[in-house]
Amino acid sequence: MILAQAQTIAAPSVDVSILLPMLFMAVGGLLILTMTSIKKDIPAWFITSWAVGSCGGAIISSIVLWNQLGNDGASSTVAGAVGFDGFSVFLTVVIASAVAMASLLAHPYLEREGLEGVELHVLLLLSGTGGIVMAFSNDLIVFFLGLETLSMAVYVLAAMHRRRIQSQEAGMKYFVLGAFSSTFLLYGIALIYGATGSTNLIEIQGFLANNLLVEDGLLLGGIALLIVGLAFKVGAAPFHSWTPDVYDGAPTPVVAYMASGVKAAGFAALLRILSSTFSSVVDDWVPAIEVIAALTLIIGSLSAIVQTNVKRMLAYSSISHAGFIMLGVLAASDRGTSAALFYLFTYAFLVSGTMAALTILGGKGDNDFSFESMQGLGRRKPILAFALMIFLFAQAGIPFTSGFVAKFGVIAAAVDSENYWVAIVAVFAAVVGAFLYLKVLVSMFLQEPQDNARDVEIPGSVGVVLATAVVVTLLFGIFPGLLDGFATDALVELTTGQ
Amino acid sequence: MLTPTYYLVLSALVFSIGAVGVLVRRNPLVMFMCVELMLNAVNLTFIGLAWGLNDIGGQVSVFFVMVVAAAEVVVGLAIVVAIMRRRDGATADDLSVLRG
Repeated sequence: MILAQAQTIAAPSVDVSILLPMLFMAVGGLLILTMTSIKKDIPAWFITSWAVGSCGGAIISSIVLWNQLGNDGASSTVAGAVGFDGFSVFLTVVIASAVAMASLLAHPYLEREGLEGVELHVLLLLSGTGGIVMAFSNDLIVFFLGLETLSMAVYVLAAMHRRRIQSQEAGMKYFVLGAFSSTFLLYGIALIYGATGSTNLIEIQGFLANNLLVEDGLLLGGIALLIVGLAFKVGAAPFHSWTPDVYDGAPTPVVAYMASGVKAAGFAALLRILSSTFSSVVDDWVPAIEVIAALTLIIGSLSAIVQTNVKRMLAYSSISHAGFIMLGVLAASDRGTSAALFYLFTYAFLVSGTMAALTILGGKGDNDFSFESMQGLGRRKPILAFALMIFLFAQAGIPFTSGFVAKFGVIAAAVDSENYWVAIVAVFAAVVGAFLYLKVLVSMFLQEPQDNARDVEIPGSVGVVLATAVVVTLLFGIFPGLLDGFATDALVELTTGQ
Repeated sequence: MLTPTYYLVLSALVFSIGAVGVLVRRNPLVMFMCVELMLNAVNLTFIGLAWGLNDIGGQVSVFFVMVVAAAEVVVGLAIVVAIMRRRDGATADDLSVLRG
């Protein structure tokens, strides 16, 4: 009797080729974890290469999927829960690159701090899997599961440094606030489900297009709670207070991943859910995002000025970058989405490069991030100082770096959709931001090195990250068209097509 | 006659109690319990709405939320244990090395 009923359950069709990027990351992480528990003496270089190789597999399968997308168009699989479009494939490349770079930075870091082990790489890969699931999610519950996979791994990553109390404090703070914000997000999902009768983005969009809600309290409450939860995850004001503490305490390679990969995944959700699914009720949520974007820009750039610790300063600067990307979200247009994607791609590389420099400069103990310790770096280590200079120029938005094109793109998108006052705030924030990056450059190039300045060496794998980031930053700064074409094609398409 | 509205009001109350608890309590374990309370309030919302909509989707979501809640506590307790091994007490006020 029960068996007879069971046979009537129709299993959804699963197109495994679409799931390949996330399978590469998840299976890669779990395999290396199993291997190291069977055979104890697997060398560190093998673990790092394996992790980078898994990300490489995800990137290569994304490139194949991108070509397939050009021929067959967007589709969805697993009963409409996983959406396959240019947007998801583009962000998969961003997230996988962020994981690969963080893994490369972690290699010399773990050796220097005496924390050798496979855990950090595995957690990075699993967290990246969650991020890719978020980029692909066409269903609010799938998105929530991806977000939790991403976040839970990052809570542990933040607390990874066993001998550094700041690291554990960072993990604890991130965990409590992260779990707290997740509940708001989930409550928002529940209310949206109540208002529209589905958690599937395609069905929600269809429902909102065909129905005018007379009592839209549930929907508005749901969207508001969803925005609170997501603003928390991307570190947007007024929900940003965890960012400086966590960036300060967490291991530097993990900070590189949090600023690039986690941010990209958070904005993936904002763009997919708000800018696309709720585009028909745009008047309901754009004012809220406008206020959040303006607050984020102002608080991020002003608080960064008074910091005496370079890592904390960069944490505030990452808050202000989140404000810039918000401009792309609130434009709620194709142009805004592709500008935000361009920003996320270039920012992932330049923030990983910046953190690569800090990984080296922090020294044993991962503690030395004062402006004094950077004095005279231009004379002590010209190559490193030159690379860091390019990243800081890019973060400030100086022309001929990718940061300029990215900032220009999001501000132009905001103006295009007639959000003038936020665009003006963004221009002011960019000017204030330029000042604080110059502060670092002054200590690096115009001040004498301290007598007790440490020797700094660039380990091979950090050198690879620095070189890649410099190339990407300059290449897309001078020839933005190379990336812009991809970002313009990478749009969210909510479609039921199989 | 019960309507879904009763469940929505009840779950909103439970959610608020949990949220206030996270903000005012200083013991990490009690803070975890409050987060669990909030998640269960959301579960109640899902079930109430699924009943109102006569749709099974909301009830299925509850299972996912329960799995996430269990996994979250595992991670949280592991971090508390790691901190407790280094120092005697672990209240939220002790965690104040990072400032600025």
